[in-house]
Amino acid sequence: MNHDRYSDAYLRAILRGVKTIAMVGASPMWNRPSFFAMKYLQAKGFRVIPVNPQAAGTEILGEKCYADLADVPDPIDMVDIFRRSEAVGPIVDAAIAKGARIVWMQIGVRNDEAAARAEAAGLQVVMNRCPKIEYSRLHGELAWSGVNTGIISSKRRKI
Amino acid sequence: MAETYGFETRAIHAGASPDPTTGARSTPIFQTTAYVFDDADHAASLFNLQTYGYVYTRIGNPTVSVLEERLASLEGGRGAICTATGHAAQMLAFFAFMEPGDHFVASNRLYGGSITQFGRSFKKFGWHASFVDPGDPENFHRALTPHSKAIFIESLANPGGVITDLEAIAKIARAAGVLLIVDNTLATPYLCRPFEWGADLIVHSTTKFLCGHGNAMGGAVIDSGRFDWAQNDKFKSLTEPEPAYHGLRFYETFGDLAFTVQGHAVGLRDLGATMAPMNAFLTITGIETLPLRMERHCANALAVARYLERHKAVSWVSYAGLDSSPYRALAQKYLPKGAGSVFTFGLKGGYAAGVKLVESVELLSHLANIGDTRSLIIHPASTTHRQLTEDQQVAAGAGPDVVRLSIGIESEPDIIADLERGLAASN
Repeated sequence: MNHDRYSDAYLRAILRGVKTIAMVGASPMWNRPSFFAMKYLQAKGFRVIPVNPQAAGTEILGEKCYADLADVPDPIDMVDIFRRSEAVGPIVDAAIAKGARIVWMQIGVRNDEAAARAEAAGLQVVMNRCPKIEYSRLHGELAWSGVNTGIISSKRRKI
Repeated sequence: MAETYGFETRAIHAGASPDPTTGARSTPIFQTTAYVFDDADHAASLFNLQTYGYVYTRIGNPTVSVLEERLASLEGGRGAICTATGHAAQMLAFFAFMEPGDHFVASNRLYGGSITQFGRSFKKFGWHASFVDPGDPENFHRALTPHSKAIFIESLANPGGVITDLEAIAKIARAAGVLLIVDNTLATPYLCRPFEWGADLIVHSTTKFLCGHGNAMGGAVIDSGRFDWAQNDKFKSLTEPEPAYHGLRFYETFGDLAFTVQGHAVGLRDLGATMAPMNAFLTITGIETLPLRMERHCANALAVARYLERHKAVSWVSYAGLDSSPYRALAQKYLPKGAGSVFTFGLKGGYAAGVKLVESVELLSHLANIGDTRSLIIHPASTTHRQLTEDQQVAAGAGPDVVRLSIGIESEPDIIADLERGLAASN
């Protein structure tokens, strides 16, 4: 797996197959990047469960926040990691233990050792990307911001 | 995916899928000022930059977005911001990171209007420019100060046919932790792609070859997405909390999209130099034929330059496509498909002969523009460069004997015949 460059088909299949996302490092502060991503993904129909020991027991955007991945009572398809690269290892191990199918590390977050463990356990991995940006890129919305989405198509996009 | 598509394909398709609502295949002109919100929460998310969408055409417009993505794709960048004019693009590019007391180093061979904008109007904001001879890249290094934030050059200078050593200057900028900004107007991404040589931002006057038909004003800033805004403490407007967005940090929140998002959300919002949707439409249409036009522009320009080089009334021709040009090697490296179609030549008869020539031609248009399908001619010392001192004129390659041509895509013998008539009359 080349983690410097992901095909659109790989990212599209991941985002299409996911329903429930655990967001590790989700912030209750509305002007933090994780809050942006959580709110956007909720609006697109994903269920996002926040995981953050500092906010455990409170609600973020209507969802109860847990201290640890292991505490989340529901099954999880994907773990989205808003933490420093060095802190990723134990989170990935917890994601494997939890039975998640996908580990996604945010922009600026990359941990190749942890990614190799996840892949060895049969999980799919995305690093140094944002699911909000990739979802919007693949669905035409990012182009509204003047961004080069890399998408060329002569088909009418569904709205 | 699109990276696998060729330049000609992207010139037609990038950014322009069929309209999702109507299926319209050509890009619609969204002639609207504002866009409805779904509800109050949607409005709040848009104003907070938490979701994507249009609010007000000053900040973003669907027709303009198509052009932005097209340009970002053709230059190989991450995103783009279109502006009302090329000068507005330069204003917006510097506004993104300059503070009062900041400094940048620019080539002294720039288009005269840029030298005036940087040297005079920018001073009113406390932004200081030093101008250096780009012939020796080390001149840029020597002029850097602790307050320097950028180096600004033209890939192919207007009008002197000067080609700057992009790769060498990019290395100097990178080592100093400052931006390299390249005006790629005369070359267009068809002939030269500065990001491939290490540039960080590209600015365009889209009014010229990109639009190509002399009928729509416009500008653009394109971001490579590769500059590390956090590598030093010079770029606080991208790394520190933005008070107007409740403490949002653009670089942290948007990563390699930070400059593109900030250029719309702050630059266009506050400077207001927005491109009109109609002008975006004309420019989108023009770009579809950019590769074909540039091939013909370059072929015609080379033929005219060779003709002028042999003419007895002409003292010199400065076209980088000629074997006699001192920039021939740089042209082969940076503009292998052709040296563009804007160049200058000198008249033995000096200022008076220049004025007579521009008044005597019948097919070539005497006007202050470049990059039109039509062949254009001007005498810079009496027009575009008259704000400059004579020293600055000479440094910019626009001395009293200089005539500038922008060769169009008409029949080559007709262009040469018209110049033949004009030169005979000026003698």
